[in-house]
Amino acid sequence: MNELFYISSAVAAASTIMVITRANSVHALLYLIVSLLSVAVIFYILGAPFIAALEVIIYAGAIMVLFVFVIMMLNPGPQSEKQERLLLTPRMWAGPAVLSLILISELIYALTSAGPQAATLRVVSPKDIGVSLFGPYAIGVELASILLLAGLIGVYHIAQKGRQD
Amino acid sequence: MKNIFIPLITIIGILLSLTTVSAGLIWLERRLLALWQDRYGPNRVGPFGLFQVIADMIKIFAKEDWVPPFADRAVFILAPAIIMIAVLMSFAVIPFAPAIEVVNLDIGLLFFLAMSSLSIYSLALSGWASNSKYSLLGALRGAAQMLSYEVFMGLSLMGVVIVSGSFNMRAIVEAQRDTWFFIPQFPGFIIFFISGLAETHRLPFDLPEAENELVAGYHTEYSGIKFGMFFVGEYLGITLISALITTLFFGGWLGPVLPPVVWFLLKTLLFICVFILLRASLPRIRFDRLMSFGWKVILPLSLLNVAITGAIVLLWS
Repeated sequence: MNELFYISSAVAAASTIMVITRANSVHALLYLIVSLLSVAVIFYILGAPFIAALEVIIYAGAIMVLFVFVIMMLNPGPQSEKQERLLLTPRMWAGPAVLSLILISELIYALTSAGPQAATLRVVSPKDIGVSLFGPYAIGVELASILLLAGLIGVYHIAQKGRQD
Repeated sequence: MKNIFIPLITIIGILLSLTTVSAGLIWLERRLLALWQDRYGPNRVGPFGLFQVIADMIKIFAKEDWVPPFADRAVFILAPAIIMIAVLMSFAVIPFAPAIEVVNLDIGLLFFLAMSSLSIYSLALSGWASNSKYSLLGALRGAAQMLSYEVFMGLSLMGVVIVSGSFNMRAIVEAQRDTWFFIPQFPGFIIFFISGLAETHRLPFDLPEAENELVAGYHTEYSGIKFGMFFVGEYLGITLISALITTLFFGGWLGPVLPPVVWFLLKTLLFICVFILLRASLPRIRFDRLMSFGWKVILPLSLLNVAITGAIVLLWS
């Protein structure tokens, strides 16, 4: 299982780097999908098959499709690709690189100082997730649903306005 | 050693028989359509025209496999593979018989939903990569249609999950020993069937490839084996939806006298024929009506179905 974890983590990291460096937005999105799928595999290995399935259904299957859909509608073409390429200059890299270096050194420090901890793996069933969602985390569910409702009403309003003209 | 070989043989057997069967469906569809439209259909090659499929396959393999110079090469080649992979992966969780199944996943139903949501990329990417207006229009329609009907598909299955109390396909089939789920879950079955039609973009919902407005929709620019993959992918999709209807609503392999596999195949074949009959009898509907029908009729109905099923199960127990 450990090997599988390392392989899928490596795939996730590599594809995420590709997402950032691609100039073509559809190619970048494809790498992002690969990254999400490998995160789903990691979830599965860690004993959360339900979350893994939701990751694929919601992130890779629904949200990313919407992204692809929007990009298809806008159809950026070669011009925006050129623009993107101009953005990826070494000067642009400096700031994020410094910040991530700080994070990485923190991570290495945390990992080395605390020493290895025994991983306690337990398969989380859909029922456990439901119980915790509607038990201790009910307030989060309610807040998320209010947010979604607001989005829904907003979309309805905008779409309605366009129709009246 | 034995433990490695048996799953391998199952996987290879299922993959081979599925691709052969879905290629054979092309012949079945043409023959049945012809029957219902008072013609003969392909009847020249081999007995009953059965070898027509082989002739078609040879033709498709031998044709020039052309990538248009204006297309995005990598994505253009990737797109037809996605639909085949996604649909074939979904078959992994389907229990054909008590002993014939690739994996017995606890989240089987969710796995199917995940794979079917991934198959949208095939349409969307092929339309985008083709860089042609017909393909793009077809892909836009296809993505919008599949994305919305996937929601109803998932919701319609929740009724089955509530009644059987599991996402596991095998447990769902076992829960149907007394009554097949199409009786307590009749609205769910109808909604699943309609969204299955939309997911496989078959007539009357074949707007992504509506040939009299969009040439061939999202696969206009495809030729040779890449087109063949879209084509076989569509029939694989029909087989998958029929197999799922059988598993989830019509008791899967359960049935008297005959061996379980035979029951499963018979039921699946019946639903495949229903799919073809629908193509023969219904005209294509307009795209905006398809979308408004989905969101204004199917969505409230499927939510109601989930709520009522949940309430009844709560009261019962």
